[in-house]
Amino acid sequence: MTDPTPTPPPADRTAEIRARQRSRSIVMAFGLLAFVILMYFITIARMSG
Amino acid sequence: MTPVTAQIRTQDLPADWRDFVALTKPRVMTLVVFTGLCGLLVAPVHIHPVLGFTAILCIALGAGAAAALNMWYESDLDSKMKRTAGRPLPAGRMERQSALHFGVGLSFFSVLLMGVATNWFAAAILAVSILFYVVVYTIWLKRRTPQNIVIGGAAGAFPPLIGWAAATGDASTLPVLLFALIFLWTPPHFWALSLFVRSDYASAGVPMLPVVSGPTVTRRQIVLYTLPMAAAAVAPWPLDLAGPLYGIVAAALSLVFLVMSVQVAANRATEPEGMLPEKRLFIFSILYLFALFGALVVDSWIF
Repeated sequence: MTDPTPTPPPADRTAEIRARQRSRSIVMAFGLLAFVILMYFITIARMSG
Repeated sequence: MTPVTAQIRTQDLPADWRDFVALTKPRVMTLVVFTGLCGLLVAPVHIHPVLGFTAILCIALGAGAAAALNMWYESDLDSKMKRTAGRPLPAGRMERQSALHFGVGLSFFSVLLMGVATNWFAAAILAVSILFYVVVYTIWLKRRTPQNIVIGGAAGAFPPLIGWAAATGDASTLPVLLFALIFLWTPPHFWALSLFVRSDYASAGVPMLPVVSGPTVTRRQIVLYTLPMAAAAVAPWPLDLAGPLYGIVAAALSLVFLVMSVQVAANRATEPEGMLPEKRLFIFSILYLFALFGALVVDSWIF
C-alpha cells in the first residue's frame, strides 16, 4: 500500500522556489508599472497630435 | 554554484526571470533595434519621442518574442550544438511550454502596442516579421533546405522598414532598399559563421550550405551575394535618397567587405583553426551593418 501523503520538498528546494517566485513577481511588478507609465505618456503624446 | 544549488536546478523549478531574458537573444536584438531605430530616424517626418521610443521598444519585444518561439521550436537542435546547448531550454532550466507562452504573449503584446502607439501598418509589418521568422524560417525552411537563411534572412530585414513605417505610416524606396541590403547581407554573414561552426550544424542535422555543398561552394556563394549586397548598400546615393557622406562610407566599407569575401573564397582550410578569413568576415559584417546605418542617419542630419 502506498502512502497517500506526498513527501514535502527539502528546505533548500523550497527556499529556492520561493526566491525565484519572489524575483519573478518583482520583475513582473516593475514591468506592469513601466507599462502603465508608458501608456500614460502614449496617451498624452497621441492627444497632443 | 554550490553542489546543492546545482542539484536543485532542475526542470520542475520555476524558471528564473533571467532565463526569460535569455530567451529573447539580447545580443542579436542589438542589431535589430539599431537598424529599426535608424529606419525611424531617417524617415522624413517628425515623430513624438515617446511614440518613437515605443516603436523601437515594440521592435525589440517583437524580435525577442520571435527568438523565444525559435528557441521553443528548436530546443532539440540546440541541445545538439555546443554553441546553443547552454540556452535555458536545452540546459533544462525552463519548461518548453513556458517558452511558448512567453513567446506568443510577447508577440501579441508587441504588435498591439505598436498599433496603439504608432499605426496599424507598422504593427502589421511587425506581425509579418515575427510570423516569417517563426513559421517560414524556423519551422518550414531551417531543417529542410540549405537556402534556409537566404529566404529566412528576410525576417531580419524588416526592422528598418518597421521603423520607417512607424514614423510615416507608409513604405517608400529608401526603406525597401534598406530591407534589400539586410536581406542580401544575411547570407554572407551567416555562411561565414556556419563555415567555422560547420561540425556543430552537421551533428545537429541542420542542412546549412557548408554542410550540404561543402566549403568551396559556400565560399563562392559568399562572394556572389556580396556583389548585389554592395550594390544595394551604395544605391541610395545615386538614387538621391542619401548624400555623399553615406555614399562614400557605403562604397568604402562595401569594397572592404568584397575584398574580405574574396579572401574567404581563396581560403582552402577545412578545419575551424584555419578559418581566420571567415572569422574576420563574420565580425566585420556586423560592424559593416552598424557603420552603414549609422552613416545613413548622420548623413540624413547633415544633407
